[in-house]
Amino acid sequence: MTYQFDWSVLWTGQSGEWLLQGILTTLGISTLAWLLAAALGTVSGALRTVPFAPLRALATCYVEFFRNVPLLVWMFFWYFAVPPLLPGPLQDWLFNHGAEFWAGMFALGVYHGARFSEMIRSGIQSIPKTQFEAALSTGLTTAQTYRFVIIPIALRLIIPPIANESLNLLKNSSVALTISVTELTFQTRQIETYTARAFEALTAGTVIYLALCLGIATLMTKIERRFALPGMIGRVASAEH
Amino acid sequence: MIEFQSVNKWYGSLHVLRGINLRIEKGEVVVVCGPSGSGKSTLIRCINRLEPIQSGEILIDGKRLSDPSLDLTALRAEIGFVFQQFNLYPHLSAMENIVLAPMKARKISRPEAEEIATRLLERVGIPDKAASYPANLSGGQQQRVAIARALAMQPKIMLFDEPTSALDPEMINEVLEVMSDLAGEGMTMAVVTHEMGFARRVAHRILFMDEGQIIEEGSPQTFFENPSSPRTKQFLSKILSH
Repeated sequence: MTYQFDWSVLWTGQSGEWLLQGILTTLGISTLAWLLAAALGTVSGALRTVPFAPLRALATCYVEFFRNVPLLVWMFFWYFAVPPLLPGPLQDWLFNHGAEFWAGMFALGVYHGARFSEMIRSGIQSIPKTQFEAALSTGLTTAQTYRFVIIPIALRLIIPPIANESLNLLKNSSVALTISVTELTFQTRQIETYTARAFEALTAGTVIYLALCLGIATLMTKIERRFALPGMIGRVASAEH
Repeated sequence: MIEFQSVNKWYGSLHVLRGINLRIEKGEVVVVCGPSGSGKSTLIRCINRLEPIQSGEILIDGKRLSDPSLDLTALRAEIGFVFQQFNLYPHLSAMENIVLAPMKARKISRPEAEEIATRLLERVGIPDKAASYPANLSGGQQQRVAIARALAMQPKIMLFDEPTSALDPEMINEVLEVMSDLAGEGMTMAVVTHEMGFARRVAHRILFMDEGQIIEEGSPQTFFENPSSPRTKQFLSKILSH
C-alpha cells in the first residue's frame, strides 16, 4: 500500500473551521428538528387515542402522510416547492436567513414527528384503561388526564425507542446536504474536495458522528434511569425511589 | 342522593343491567353483592358515568346524568371512586397522587393541598408513606392512598368497586377499617364487596344482584337471617359456609 496518510489536512487551512461549523450546524438543525418532532409526535400520538373521531382522523392523516414519503423527497419539497408558494416578503426573509436550513429543519422535524407519534401512541396504548378512569374519577378533565397522567407515563415507557429515533434524526440530518445545508457531512465533503484526502476527511466525519451519537445515547440512558417507573421489569430505580 | 330509574345497559347483545330502580339516601351505606358477572360493578360504574347507559335515567342530587348541559367533570369531582386494582399513578409519589386533582381540578395551592394530603395520610394510617412510590407500597397501603386520593376532593359520595378483592387477607382489615370510619362519619357510600362481615357490621342496606337485576334488598339482619329469594339463600350458603 502506497497511500500516505496526512491527517494534518483536518486542521490546516480552513478545515478546522469548516468542521467546527459543520458540527454546530448539525447540532443546531437536529436540536430544532427534534423539538419540532417531539411536539408534533406527542400531540398527534395522544390525539390518535382520544375518543373523538375527527381528531383521531386528523392525527392519522399526519402520520401516514409524513412517514410514507422519503426524507430526501421532503427535503426537496420544503426547499424547492414550498417557498415559491409563500408571500413575497416572507420568501425574501427566508432566502436572506438560510432558507435551506429552515427547510431542512422542517423536513426532518415533520418526518421524525410522524415516527415519534407512533411510539407515543404505543406507549399510551400500553397503559390500562382503568388508569385513565382513575384520573377522570378524581375530577380531572380528559386534557388534564393526558397532560398529567397518561403522557408522563407513556413517555417513561418509550425512552429506549425514542433514544433510537433521536439518533436516527441526528444521522438523517446529513440528508440536508442535498439542499446545501452546510452541516457536518457537507463540510467533510468540502475538505475532501479541497485536499483530495477522502480517507482522512470521511474518517473525521465518521468519528465525529460516532462521538455525537454516543454522547446522546449516554444522555438518554441517564434520562431513562432518572425517570424509571418504580416496579417495572428490568429498570433500576434510582436511589430516592 | 343517588337515584336509578328503570336503568338498562347492554354490552353488545349482553343485557348487563335490567330495569334497575334504586334510591340511595344521603349518609346511607349500601353494600352490593352477588356472583361475578351479575352487574354489580357495572351498576356503580354507571353512577359517575364511567359506563354509559342505554335507557332509563340516573340522578345524582337531582341532576340527570343524561342532561347534555351537565358538567360531568364537576360531578365526578364530587364522587370518589376506589378501584379493585388501586390504579395509583405509578410515576408519582403517594403525596403527588393525592395532591394532583385538588391542585388541577380545584385550583388549590400546593401548600394547602399538601396539608390536606398529610391529614388524609394520617387518617388512613400511613403518615410516613408520603414520599413512597406506589410500587414500593403494599397492596393495603396502596389502596389506602387511593382512598385518600379520592377523599382529597372532599366528595359527597364514595363508591368502592371490590376494594379488597386484590388484597392479601391480613391487609383486607386495614382497608375495611378506613371504610368503616368513613361510614361512621356519615359519608354516603356504595360498596361492591364480598366481605360479608363488613356488610353485616357497616351497611345500612344490602343489595343482592344476579343477572343484571336486584333480586334482594334489605337490612343486614333481614338479608343474612331471613332472605326471601332462593337465589340469595343459595349464594349465602356458599359464601358463609367457610
